[in-house]
Amino acid sequence: MTPFRYERPSGIAAACASAAEPAVKFIAGGTNLVDLMKLGIETPAQLVDISLLPLAGIDETPEGGLRIGARVTNSALAADMRVRRRYPLLSQAILAGASTQLRNKATTGGNLLQRTRCAYFYDTTKPCNKRVPGSGCAALGGLNRMNAVIGVSDNCIAAHGSDMAVAMTALDAQVETVAPDGATRTIPVDAFYRAPGDTPHIETVLAPGELIRSVLLPPPPAGRQVYRKVRDRASFAFALVSVAVILALENDRVRTARVAFGGVSYKPWRSAEAEATLAGAEVTRASFDAAALAALRNARGYGHNDFKIPLARRTLRATLADAAGLT
Amino acid sequence: MERLLPPTLTSRRRFLETAGVATLVLASPPALADTTSGTAQASTENVRLTVNGRQHALDLDPRTTLLDALREHLALTGTKKGCDQGQCGACTIIVNGQRINSCLALAVMHDGDEITTIEGLAEDGDLHPMQAAFVQHDGLQCGYCTPGQICSAVALLAEHEAGWPSHVTVDVATAPALTDAEIAERLSGNICRCAAYANIVAAIRDVAKGGRT
Repeated sequence: MTPFRYERPSGIAAACASAAEPAVKFIAGGTNLVDLMKLGIETPAQLVDISLLPLAGIDETPEGGLRIGARVTNSALAADMRVRRRYPLLSQAILAGASTQLRNKATTGGNLLQRTRCAYFYDTTKPCNKRVPGSGCAALGGLNRMNAVIGVSDNCIAAHGSDMAVAMTALDAQVETVAPDGATRTIPVDAFYRAPGDTPHIETVLAPGELIRSVLLPPPPAGRQVYRKVRDRASFAFALVSVAVILALENDRVRTARVAFGGVSYKPWRSAEAEATLAGAEVTRASFDAAALAALRNARGYGHNDFKIPLARRTLRATLADAAGLT
Repeated sequence: MERLLPPTLTSRRRFLETAGVATLVLASPPALADTTSGTAQASTENVRLTVNGRQHALDLDPRTTLLDALREHLALTGTKKGCDQGQCGACTIIVNGQRINSCLALAVMHDGDEITTIEGLAEDGDLHPMQAAFVQHDGLQCGYCTPGQICSAVALLAEHEAGWPSHVTVDVATAPALTDAEIAERLSGNICRCAAYANIVAAIRDVAKGGRT
């Protein structure tokens, strides 16, 4: 691990000021960052530990939603009874990821900012445009079974690994940040990640020193919430494909539907196409088939991950049927 | 510190230290330069830890993980280093009441924290009920993962007691019964390459039911 300076400021302003300098990173749970530092993939000159900052609460908002502090652990969030009753999708998604030991450390902000688990990002003997800009992408012609099939570029086909963020995207969550100059802004989770394009090393819209303070959940939407994750083993594995569905029915028709996928793109992939196909449709398997086709229409495989496209379709169909109570 | 170690461990430790010097001498100059030069050279930080009820003050390079602080600085080698990347669970310890992977925790970030390791579970020479149950049910073969399994299992029961749901809980708004499926899911962060899982689950089930101590 490269040597680094360590700082634990007690205020948000001081933390942001320190992190505005190049090669300085915030650290909270550290479950991803420390791992990457051991491998020499992350080499910060300084770490700004945010564990003293007052960002560990889950508070009710006047609108009937929840404001989740950036330092709230994944375990605390999944176990919060308000989340379990009103946003079961979020509890389900968090509990589908990692292990309890990791969730006890990993935080809300850190989960959003976790780096990809693309095998070639981790393998420092191989080219990777995300790790070394301009070096190439070994995943394109490599063992890309875990990689993305939609929204990516020929410079990078890395998939985002978060389950939590998939649920948050379906719930229309927003990221609340503060910049070193004190300016605050609110960014929808769906607009938080940058498409890889020619610059896959730039992963979010955050500016240097900009700190995630909290994630805002709007009031819970109408409808049944279901998260389904498909992976290589029963527990403690990243998604091949996951699906978050929020389905509201009226008589025999879909009133509104929200659909987000994990494991298929550089970000949690919200499918406007599937949602438009479902709105007003009859509650039948044929409607769900149509939504599944629409959702993956622009997907393309890269060889080893071709299977993800039909798998994503089937997983969406099954999850919709589950949410609708079709047996 | 060395007087706390049994003689065999002390001499083995001295051997390792000597071997370590030899390795450094043989290491290539660029590798040495990586850790000793540059503007970001690490200074040490004072870290206070309460481990198994005993207070310690350590001067640590900020790169030191909690796992290495326990094993290399406090000679508490019960906590094992397996993968060293958060995937196997051999390094599981309990910090402020919660189980974590000590390999992914920087010790400097745990200043002032209360830590329980496998060495701290027995009381007055009596095995903790979970340790006794692992022995009774033969919940191990080689034993390397066992300290992590037992620390994890102790915390698992507390989490279940607190009503935490898991991935296999059908309705996350309810507090589920501790079925074998719940135990297996909640212990999925601890790998046993000998595959003693059946007996590990039996041991935890037994302690959860209060069947034996």
